Amino acid sequence: MDNIKLESSKLIVAGVVDRNTVPELKKEVQHLMRRGEVQSLDLSGIESLDSAGVAFLECLRQDLEEENPQLTVVAAPLPMLKIMQTFADRADEVEKPAKVSIFESIGEKVEGAWLQLKDAVFLSSEICWWAVVGVFDRKGQKKGSFTSAGVQLGYDALPVIALLSFIIGFILSLQAAAQLKIYGGNVFLPDLLAITMVREMGPLITAIIVAGRSGSAIASEIATMQVSEEIDALRMMALNPIRYVVVPKFHAITVVMPLLVIFSIIVAELGGIFIGLQMLDLSVTTFITRSINIITLKDIVISMSKSIVFAWLIVIIGAHYGFRVKGGAEGVGKATTASVVASIFAVVITDALFSLFYLG
Amino acid sequence: MAMQEVKPIITIRNLKAQYGEKAVLHDINADIYEGQVTVILGASGCGKTTLLKNMLRLHEPVEGSVKFWDTEILELDEIEFNNMLKKVGMLFQNGALLNSISVMDNIAIPLEQHTKLSRRIIEKMIRVKLNLVGLSHAIHLLPSELSGGMKKRAGLARAMIMDPLILFCDEPSAGLDPLTSASLDELILDLKSQLNMTIVMVTHELASIHRVADRVLFLDAGRLLFQGTLDEARVARIPEIDTFFEVGKFE
Repeated sequence: MDNIKLESSKLIVAGVVDRNTVPELKKEVQHLMRRGEVQSLDLSGIESLDSAGVAFLECLRQDLEEENPQLTVVAAPLPMLKIMQTFADRADEVEKPAKVSIFESIGEKVEGAWLQLKDAVFLSSEICWWAVVGVFDRKGQKKGSFTSAGVQLGYDALPVIALLSFIIGFILSLQAAAQLKIYGGNVFLPDLLAITMVREMGPLITAIIVAGRSGSAIASEIATMQVSEEIDALRMMALNPIRYVVVPKFHAITVVMPLLVIFSIIVAELGGIFIGLQMLDLSVTTFITRSINIITLKDIVISMSKSIVFAWLIVIIGAHYGFRVKGGAEGVGKATTASVVASIFAVVITDALFSLFYLG
Repeated sequence: MAMQEVKPIITIRNLKAQYGEKAVLHDINADIYEGQVTVILGASGCGKTTLLKNMLRLHEPVEGSVKFWDTEILELDEIEFNNMLKKVGMLFQNGALLNSISVMDNIAIPLEQHTKLSRRIIEKMIRVKLNLVGLSHAIHLLPSELSGGMKKRAGLARAMIMDPLILFCDEPSAGLDPLTSASLDELILDLKSQLNMTIVMVTHELASIHRVADRVLFLDAGRLLFQGTLDEARVARIPEIDTFFEVGKFE
């Protein structure tokens, strides 16, 4: 390369020194420096510089001076010197923050989890309080938000729930039918499907779908409001953000969730009837009467109470992650993901607890 | 005349822009000259930022032509346009830093993506640019740990990291204290005089306009009312401009 030469221990850098030529110049320098000591650095032939070039020259000079403290430098032409002045590195290096030890980080995580749990408990008590108050006193709630939340959380979820419930009912019946046929127990399919759907699958499937589509929506809505200071703005307008944003959703989901569960059970029954007709020679009337007869009041109470508890969990967890968001766009994404994971987890655990309590 | 010696670096012809059905810019014809600070002026909502965005294809104009160095940018394909963008820097109103990575990594993005420079040189360049905007102590901080003014300055450091030939600034001094704002203006003048950078800036800070502007473009309700030097603007006897400067004086 003719931009850089080593002539009798004089290193000459000339021509264009910018971000495009610097990587090659650097390689060449390393090559030349191995050939012998450099006594002086000649910059007088430089024609063009940018900030990458200036940084390169400063690094080069530092390196050369380290090897040879008596280095002499032939200065660059005046206009180049001005650029070098503009882009001179006058700042002190700032130390990177020290890394935390593993014990420290474990301790911090445990403490964080504890604080988070505490936050969640406080938040849920606050939500429940305002939800009860909100039933009698509509003040401080967004106008018309109960209806719109109901439509959004309930009506809009119908197609997904219909499709999935039908498929679940269909699969459950298909698997059961194959076994029942062997023992000639064809007639028990309606009983089996009805009990599974009412006591377990109906509330669970619905809750998982609602957590996925509405829990995430609640978390991201509140997180975005938090990040863009809308929550602070509500506070400054003397409004309680929980009352204004969360309570209408809480009311709506409490009403809508049991309805969704009933809908899910009915659609799953349709899937079962389809299999019953096709594979087990059952009539529609037998299927329906057997299904209705096997279900007791207790089953319905369990089913409905489950669905309401799941609904509350989803709203509370969504709101919790929404309110504690940190940072910008990325924080919102993290909060949304965490809320979905946590609410599905909570729903499944609570379902297990319900099954233990009401066994038999 | 001095004006004729410098050639326009950006020419805008018959530029029209709309958001949906609503027209926001009507028939803009303007020139921006090399090595000058051109200030786009006007009341809030008159289309200043929209003009800036349409010049840079952040929002596609409905019709018209925008030429950078005699190249019609509205007809460039993505690769050609990206190459053009490497010669251009933009400072956004709130800095527009990526929130999840540190100030240093934010500023390093263009260098890491578009050059083969070593980490040592990149870090040095970042230190220099941060020092220029007076923010060298914040190099390892996250954007969420910065104040509004600091974010803006970090954004300016990122806009300058590729040594752009044209620097666009969207309200650089809004929300800054007078001292920082003045030093930012100083910096812009330095960039202009030492690096012959062309600067296009949207602002309504009168103090700032008086300090830096070589030329002003005055927008009103999506129309270009005036372009020329500040002195010409004062004697042009356009009522909107006169009120703008009159009212601004008392602020």
